[in-house]
Amino acid sequence: MAELNKQDYEPGTHVDLAPPVSQVGITGWMRKNLFSTPTNVVLTILTIYFLYKVIPPVLNWAFIDAVFSDLDHRNECREIAGGACWAVVRARLEQFIYGFYPEHLRWRVNLTFVLMFVALLPLLYDNVPKRKYLLWFSLIYPFFAFFMLWGGLGLEDVESAKMGGFMLTVLIGMTGIVVSLPLGIALSLGRHSSAPIIKVLSVWYIEFFRGVPLITLLFVASTLLNYFMPPGTHFDLLLRVIIMVILFAAAYIAEVIRGGLAAIPKGQFEAADALGLSYAKSMRLIILPQALKISIPGIVNTFIGLYKDTTLVVIVGLLDPLGISRATLADSSWQGLSTELYIFIALGFFISCFAMSRYSLYLERKLDTGHRVK
Amino acid sequence: MIIQIIVVIIVLSLLGFFIRNTVNNLEALGAEVGYGFLFNPSNYDINQHLIEYSSRSTHLRATMVGLINTGLVAVVGIVLATLIGFVAGVLRLSSNFLVNRLAYIFVEFTRNVPVLLWILLWHGVLIHSLPHPRQAITIYDVTFLANRGFYVPKPLLDPLFWLVAIAAVVAIIGAVIFSKYAKRKQELTGEQLPVIWINSALIVFVPLLVFWLTGTPATLEMPVFEGFNFKGGIVLSPEFIALTLALAVYTGAFIAEIVRAGILSVSHGQTEAAYALGVKPSWTMRLVILPQALRVVVPPMISQYLNLTKNSSLAIAVGYMDVVATIGGISLNQTGRALECMSIVLLIYLCLSLSISAFMNFYNKRISLVER
Repeated sequence: MAELNKQDYEPGTHVDLAPPVSQVGITGWMRKNLFSTPTNVVLTILTIYFLYKVIPPVLNWAFIDAVFSDLDHRNECREIAGGACWAVVRARLEQFIYGFYPEHLRWRVNLTFVLMFVALLPLLYDNVPKRKYLLWFSLIYPFFAFFMLWGGLGLEDVESAKMGGFMLTVLIGMTGIVVSLPLGIALSLGRHSSAPIIKVLSVWYIEFFRGVPLITLLFVASTLLNYFMPPGTHFDLLLRVIIMVILFAAAYIAEVIRGGLAAIPKGQFEAADALGLSYAKSMRLIILPQALKISIPGIVNTFIGLYKDTTLVVIVGLLDPLGISRATLADSSWQGLSTELYIFIALGFFISCFAMSRYSLYLERKLDTGHRVK
Repeated sequence: MIIQIIVVIIVLSLLGFFIRNTVNNLEALGAEVGYGFLFNPSNYDINQHLIEYSSRSTHLRATMVGLINTGLVAVVGIVLATLIGFVAGVLRLSSNFLVNRLAYIFVEFTRNVPVLLWILLWHGVLIHSLPHPRQAITIYDVTFLANRGFYVPKPLLDPLFWLVAIAAVVAIIGAVIFSKYAKRKQELTGEQLPVIWINSALIVFVPLLVFWLTGTPATLEMPVFEGFNFKGGIVLSPEFIALTLALAVYTGAFIAEIVRAGILSVSHGQTEAAYALGVKPSWTMRLVILPQALRVVVPPMISQYLNLTKNSSLAIAVGYMDVVATIGGISLNQTGRALECMSIVLLIYLCLSLSISAFMNFYNKRISLVER
């Protein structure tokens, strides 16, 4: 026993030993994250079994046994391989992006799309160089986009019925977002105001539009709106749909901002009054900056919802990506390939919506100054 | 004050403008506004009707059928969505890396794709990848899954069955009384009774006993393959399955995030304080964490339920006959009465939403902590 206790080094001179293998590296990580308790061991094994059962067939269908080449008919796909027939996406890719926008004018769509990011950049990030000048561009961009897409001022006119695909989705989504935000702010201020008539009107508006599904509103737009207009007015279907989407989204945004307004302590309102600020000034300088900051995650979520809801326009007959896929599936050469088409569209939506939700998280972190208004 | 008057004038003149146009337009068309058409025969069939309905029934009856179909999707969808949401939400917080990543991927992928796309995708998969009824996938020849639907046995109830139902109600009332008694006894003496065991036994065995005593007054009608399709049993159409599953999974992903946020919102100090007091873990969850988490979870969850119900109007995309597809779809197209039909649809949804939000306000008031 005495042998074991004998130290063959001076105190304080022993070299540092590496930590036990079971605590660091891959083994340590696995012990901590996969096999920490008996329940976790069972869960891990079940999950691995599940993944083993699901992933290989899916990969096989989507990539290994799939056809990517440029073909004209689904039967040609079947002759090559039994998995996914991505040829259908390839054959209709242009329609999925532009709809039936005239081919020689598509540069206008491309230009508008690229410039959209230039216009968005100074709005999304505040450390962009020359932000002041870019903001002016953001301000005139909507009008510019309108002329570019619809034509006019010497540019060739394009009917709205020719617009479709993801271009239509972005068009409806972006217009909805841009116009519904100020409308929503106005409505939330109306609901928050002390003037009884304005308050009641705002409440009615918000409750009505939040109470009915968007699809019924789109039906109203497509079947009823002609009744409400003077006889003989021709009202573009796309425009009617966009108006309904805006009115719908504004009610939801108003409700989100109401939450932000409610979270601001009464003292802020009283302080603004005590400083002698007018209603407009106190809202613009004191209340809204705080309320909007709190509501940003909710606003972005509403925008994501609005963007996803643009798919409903297919039901009133507009050719958004789902409308294009419907037309494609009606073509006898591509019948029955709905899974491929829907997965393609789903990926398109996932990328943009996921990016938006990531941006919202970034914004939340940036605006979190450490003290929460309670 | 001046602003209010201006707003009123603007709103009134807009309304006047719309109403005058509508009246003019209707006059030009020679149409009169009236709801009398609701009592005319509808002249169309509805494939899924839980109440008596044929093409000779009235439009009003068709609306009722549609409303019940909407309700069915909503109720089944809400139950499934809650289950999916709670499981996914808890798994998302699991300390197991694989499990929480998988739950994360599920939630993000589901939430960020439009629900209409999910409905169509599910529907397409059901229609195209399931076999013809002749080669239906079966579980012990009791239920069958084919591209025409999901066939399950239908319980045929004898008149005596109401005795069993009464027994079940009595057993549940008994269980409630017993748990109240047990709680009082525990508060007075500290003695704990095995409430869960006794109550489960009560609820399961009493109806079973009555069922056996009355001579099993219910039989099952099995679906049988005859000719080209199944006869007998209950058939759940692919449209119903696709719509319900898509809505349940989509809403479930949102509920998962709500549940996760709710559990995280209860500070860890609460758990530690409960442990310090010697409360055992299962009780800590039930008596300390859950009541506080529910305060955060319930309001957004009810609005998710409302969203699911409103989203069920997308049924029209797959041809499931809900309230929008019946009165707002086929009835509207057949009668041409757009104004009347749409107003009925809007009114139905509005009543539903307003009553739910009224309930929510009441609930919020009840559970909110009294401050200041």
